This record gives sequence, C-alpha cells and structure tokens, in this order.
Amino acid sequence: METLASLADGFIVAFTVQNLFLALLGCFLGTLMGALPGLGPANGVAILIPIAFSLGLGPTPSLILLTSVYYGAMYGGRISSILLNIPGDEPAMMTCLDGYPMAQQGKAGEALSLSGIASFVGAFFATWGLVLLAPQLVKVALLFGPAEYFVLFTLAFATLGGISSTNQAKSAFAAALGLAIAMIGVDTQTGVQRFTFGEMHLFDGIDFLIAIVGLFALSEVFIFLEHHRGGAAGKAGAMQIGSLMPDMATLKRCVPTMGRSTVIGFIAGVLPGAGASLGSFLSYSLEKQIVDRDGKTFGKGDPRGVVAPEVGNNAASGGALVPMLALGVPGSGTTAVLLAVLLSLNITPGPLLFTNNPDVVWGLIAALFIGNFMLLALNIPMVGLFTRVLLVPTRILMPVVAMISFVGIYGISGSTFDLTLMVGFGLLGWVLRKLDVPLVPVILGILLGNQMEVNLRRAMTISDGDWTALFASPLAIGLWIVAITGFVLPIILGRRIKSGIEAQRPHEAVSDGD
Amino acid sequence: MRIRTNFAAVAGLAIAGLVPAAAAAEDFKPENPECIAPSAPGGGWDFICRTTGKFLQEQGLITSTMQVSNMTGAGGGVAYAYVAKDRADDDNLIVAASNGTTSRLAQGAFPGSTPDDVDWLATFGAEYGAIAVDADSEYTDLKSLMDAVVANPSSVAFAGGSAVGGYDHIKPLLLGKAAGVEDVRKVKYVAFSGGGEAMTALLSGAVQAVSGDFSEIRGFVESGDIRVIAVLAPERLTGFDDLPTAKEQGYDVLGANWRGLYMPKNASDEAKAFWSDAIRQMAESAEFQQYLIDAAIEPFNNFGEDADKFVAENIQQITEISKEIGIIQ
Repeated sequence: METLASLADGFIVAFTVQNLFLALLGCFLGTLMGALPGLGPANGVAILIPIAFSLGLGPTPSLILLTSVYYGAMYGGRISSILLNIPGDEPAMMTCLDGYPMAQQGKAGEALSLSGIASFVGAFFATWGLVLLAPQLVKVALLFGPAEYFVLFTLAFATLGGISSTNQAKSAFAAALGLAIAMIGVDTQTGVQRFTFGEMHLFDGIDFLIAIVGLFALSEVFIFLEHHRGGAAGKAGAMQIGSLMPDMATLKRCVPTMGRSTVIGFIAGVLPGAGASLGSFLSYSLEKQIVDRDGKTFGKGDPRGVVAPEVGNNAASGGALVPMLALGVPGSGTTAVLLAVLLSLNITPGPLLFTNNPDVVWGLIAALFIGNFMLLALNIPMVGLFTRVLLVPTRILMPVVAMISFVGIYGISGSTFDLTLMVGFGLLGWVLRKLDVPLVPVILGILLGNQMEVNLRRAMTISDGDWTALFASPLAIGLWIVAITGFVLPIILGRRIKSGIEAQRPHEAVSDGD
Repeated sequence: MRIRTNFAAVAGLAIAGLVPAAAAAEDFKPENPECIAPSAPGGGWDFICRTTGKFLQEQGLITSTMQVSNMTGAGGGVAYAYVAKDRADDDNLIVAASNGTTSRLAQGAFPGSTPDDVDWLATFGAEYGAIAVDADSEYTDLKSLMDAVVANPSSVAFAGGSAVGGYDHIKPLLLGKAAGVEDVRKVKYVAFSGGGEAMTALLSGAVQAVSGDFSEIRGFVESGDIRVIAVLAPERLTGFDDLPTAKEQGYDVLGANWRGLYMPKNASDEAKAFWSDAIRQMAESAEFQQYLIDAAIEPFNNFGEDADKFVAENIQQITEISKEIGIIQ
C-alpha cells in the first residue's frame, strides 16, 4: 500500500502541463527515431540530452522527456521492421521475421496495430513489475555471476535453431559468422588486439548498429538496384494495406503469447548485460517452440510471431530500469545513457535512490505510465498514416532508406570509416541473401557473442581456469538443462514431425523468413 | 556585450595574477568554438565538453555556443590522430581527455601517435580511486586484503570497469607492488564493462574486491552494502573523512583519474594562451568548484606548461607499470 501511495505522489509530480507536454514530445520524437534505421533508443536519448540541458529542465522533467523517448523508440522500432523488413533498432530485428510477411500478405495495418497493442501490454506490465518487484528483482540480478551469464547466452544460441526453420546449417553458419565479427577489436581480458590489422577504427570492435543497418537496410537497397537494372518494375503499389485493426479472434489468440513474453522480456531486461534484444529473441524462439512446434506458421506471417518479440522488447525496456535505478547498473545501452544523465544531474542511482530521491523515482515511474498510454493513443490512429509508406514507389523509398542509413550511422560516430564499413555490410548482406543465409543469426552472433565470450573469460579468470565453475551453482545447472532441452528437443521432435509433413509442405520461397 | 566580456576577462586574469598573458589573450577570441568528445554522446568525455562549454559561456569567456562533436573510436585514438593530422592548426578547437587518453598513449594503443602530437591545455578535476570489499567480507582493512594477495595472489579477484591494462587494473597492481608482491602479473584482475557491472560482481560474490573510481562506489558506501578499505587519494576525501586512504595504511599509492583538455599542436600562441586562461578562470570560479563538489570530483589543477609536465609524468608512470606487467615490451 505504501508503494501505491508513493506512486500517487509520483502522479502528482508528473501531472503538470510542462511534464505532460514533454512526455508527448518525447513519445513522438522517440517513435520517429525508433522507426528510422540506425537511430535507436540509445542514440535518441543521447541526442536529446543537450536539449534537456539547454532548456534548463530539472531532474524530473529531464528524465520524463528522456524516458518517453526511450519508450517511444522501443515502440517505433517495429514500424520499419514490419513495413520495410528493416529493423528500426536492434530489438526490433525479431519483429521482421513475421511482421514483414504479414505486410506482404496485405496485413500491414493489422500487424502494426497488433504490435502497438503488444508494445503497450509489454511496457505496461513491466512498469508494474518495476513498481512492485524492484527490490526483490535486484536480488535475482545478483544471483547472476559471470558463469551464469555465460550459460544464459549459451541458452540463447542453443535455441537459435528455432528461429529460422529453413536450413539449420545455414543458420549455424550465419551465427558463426556473427561470432567471428564479434571477435574484432581489443580483447578486454588481455588488452590484445584481435583482427584489427592495425586499423584504429576497429579497436573498439564493430558497432552492431552498423552491421544491422548495413545487413538489413543497405542490402535491401542493393537488391532493389539489382532488380531495377534487370528491368523489373519494382513492387510499387503491389502491396495492399488491408484492414487496420486485427479482429477479436486474432487478438484473443495472442493473449497467452503476451503473458509469456511479458515475463521473459521483463526478466531479460532486469539482468544487466542481457537486455531488450535477448528479451525479444527469447520470447520469439520460446513462443515458436510452444505454439508452432512443427514450424508451419512462424516466419510466414503469424500474428503471434509479431506479438511475442514486441511484448518481449518493451517489457525488457521496463525491466532494464530496475538495475539502473536500484543498483546503478545499466542493463542496456540506453539505460547506460540515462545513467550518465542521472549522474550529471547529481542524482546517484543505487540502493538509496528510492529513499533519497523518491520524488524523482516515483515521478519517473508515473511518467512511464503516462507515456505508455500516450504512445498507445499516438500509435493506433497513426497506423493508417504509417502504412502509407507502402504506397510510396520503391524507386523513391529506397534512396530515402539509403540516405537515412548514411545519416543515422554518421550521426553516431562522425566517422566516414563506419560508412564504408556499413556499405561493406550491405554487400555482405546482399551476398548472404542471394545464398539464402538468414541474417538474424549474424546479428545475434555479433550482439550476444561478445557478451558470451567475455563472461566465459571472466568466469575462467575468477576460477583460475577451472571449468567446473560453469556448473557450480543451481541456477547455472538449471539454465544448462533448459539450454540442452531447447537444443535437443526440436531435433528429436522436428525429425518425427518433418517426416509426417514433408509431403504436404509446398516448396516455399526460402528468403521470406530472413 | 563584447566590452563587458573583455572586462571580465581582464579582471579575472588580474585576480589570477597573470597580467603578462592578458595581452595575448585579448588578441584572440574563438569564433566557432568546438569541443571534440572522443566518446559517444552521454559518455565521460562528452560530459567534459558539455560542462566546459556551458561554464565558459555562462561566465562570458566565450561569446558563442560551444559546438560539441562526438568522434568515437579506439578509446579516443581516432580523435587524437584526427586532431594531430587534420586539424593541427585549428585555433578554435579543444578536445576532452582523461587518464584513459594517457594510458593508451603510454601503452602504444594509438598507433603512430605520440604524447607530443598535441598541446596539453589543462587538467581541472580528478576522481580518486578506491578499493572496496563486500560489507561482510573477511577483509577489514587494506592490510588484511593485501596480505592475502601476497600470500596467494589467486585468492583475491579484483573487479574493475576498465579493460586489462586500463586504470582500474593498474590501481591494484600499484598496491601489489607497494605490498611487495613478487610478480605483480599474478594479481588477479577481472575486466567488466563499466564500474556498475564490477560492483554487481562484487555484490553477487563473484569477486572479492572492486577497484574503481570513488564516484562509482559512493552510492553503495552510503547504503552500507560495501566497505571501502582504501581511498587512493593524498588525503581523506571531503565529506567522507571516515574512509581511510591507502597512504595512511602504509601503501603509498595514488590513483587520480583526472579530466582535462588538449588542443592542436600548431594552433597560434594567442589561441593557446586564450584557452589556457579561459579554462583556468572557469576552473577557479566558485560555480565550477561547487559543481565539482556536487559531483564528488576533487580539484586537480594543472594549466599550460604544468599540464604538459603532469601529462609527461603520468605517461612515464603508466609506461613503467605496463612494462612490468607485460602489456608493453
């Protein structure tokens, strides 16, 4: 009850004209930034910091503006995933898998509305989780040492087979390629450079945003160029928009998915170092294993395949605030930026934040609720507007995509080297698409590979090279069991089911799923 | 407006007792002042640029807004090489720097760059390092911890927020050296990405001690989750005078993570004098001092030639320890 009273106080702090306006502004800008490939939540927040400072906003209004941008970007990321097959930010990658096929089937409006609702559900319940469970969840986060993190990432890779049903060998190759790319840069555990060839720009490793924008957005442009030269008219106008709202039956079918994905996403968010991408990935692959064992609908435009990752990544964004506020440990790139903002406002996040600055914390949480409702109100009516993107002729759309990609990446690092690298990734993406190699495992390799390796190395350093440290805690053993089951079960089940359905399965276009 | 600012500048300089430089400083006014932050927006260097820009403008030391450009890469190496090569005679440019910059220079992590490639302007604040253990750890003071390290280096794992060879690593090595560890390379260090993650590792019991900047540890000291067993400062910190320094426990080790600025080598002398004086005035102003106190940063002032000298010494020290631990030959 005390919590609810504090929350009510928070609403009093948040309910001023200025704060509501800032929340609205933040939501709108965030959605926009999330939708643009290259500009994700982390950059969105970072770009607005100077604005918050130069407006002379106090701690609470600044945080309201910045977290609205954060939530807004998490909502917005799905838009370009669904409409263009280009993830607006890294957690939205999984939304491409079923969102884009839905758009191709003329269900873009439905996919957008559904994912908007999913985003709302994920973020809404995660914010409640933040309110009610933050102190307890901190203890959960502390159960995870380097060894447990390593097993958690292993689990993610073990379930990788779930996401692309077409050719397991190709997904394995793609993941290995991603892991290899993740090795580039200075190795933090020894200070030795790996695969940098003396090129200074590679010392920090390759920013996965460059890889995502190159692999997804630019390769799309290259494919367009290729077909355009071939004389094809492009698919302008060929896509239908369809109804804007999903019917009740579809919505009902998605409810259990939403429940499961909220929990998974939230937990992934709470663990510092796991974050939204892992949340959306695990939500998707688990959902696929539960509702689509035989791989019939996922990857081909199943609404639940859109709902799961969207719920997952938005729940994770709420979860990520738990360790940020309660421990001062950022669970994602965006919360790292928010943490820097808090510090510069002379607020020290950590165990005492809730007692020392209750107005800031509860004002912020109230603002999250307000922002969330605003986003839903903002997003659903705008679905009609967003879908108009599909009516833009490809010959106009593609140059715009290319332009946004270049501006977005240059905006992050101000480096022309990164632009060249992005074009390189674009070419790589084009080649991989030609070879029907799925792109999502490549990104997962880059995104999670680094964390997986680093945590293994930390665990080994701590245990003086004793491998049994990886099996030392009950939590680690539990995670191993889930990982092994997740890896083995689809193989056994898959073989049995595959022989049964092979005959009736049409020879579908393989590239749809990537 | 212009007259007033000049007035203020002259007055400030007179107070600082730097009348000879005043003439030179008056000759130059930056037109489009720019500060390169070699980190992403929101990173430490970004804040140096933004705070410097804010204070310089508020105090009328510059008339137009400082433009902050972010240039990431190689832990500052990309920006360093860029300034040394492409902007070598730019009068309007300053660049944020810290220990990370000199550590990497010392360890040759900026290929083709030397400390003399730029002009070191100033250092204006430092955060002292600290060593902390869990609140219910068996180690109650620095001596008991270091004795355990000497007896069996693998029994104590230090976690820190920087990579191997970085400053959080060097701090326990310096302590190990002071404690008489025969082979300091045996001191166990686990690199985390950021002080926050290192703290979590300590609280979760994965490691025995944390080596970090005091600001990273501060929140947990107040909550009583951890015990600070040594602050690596010359004296006890203001506001935290119950926390012992390493020095008073017999380990003469200092760990100052300073912040500062450099500018292009071939900028005009007038420009160098202007920036050096402007930053000195800023750093000595009451508002800036208050800002440092709020942010738990101690004043750490070196300007002009002193800054060059300090950086040279800093690099010398890091080079020595890096050789000892085998990071460089």
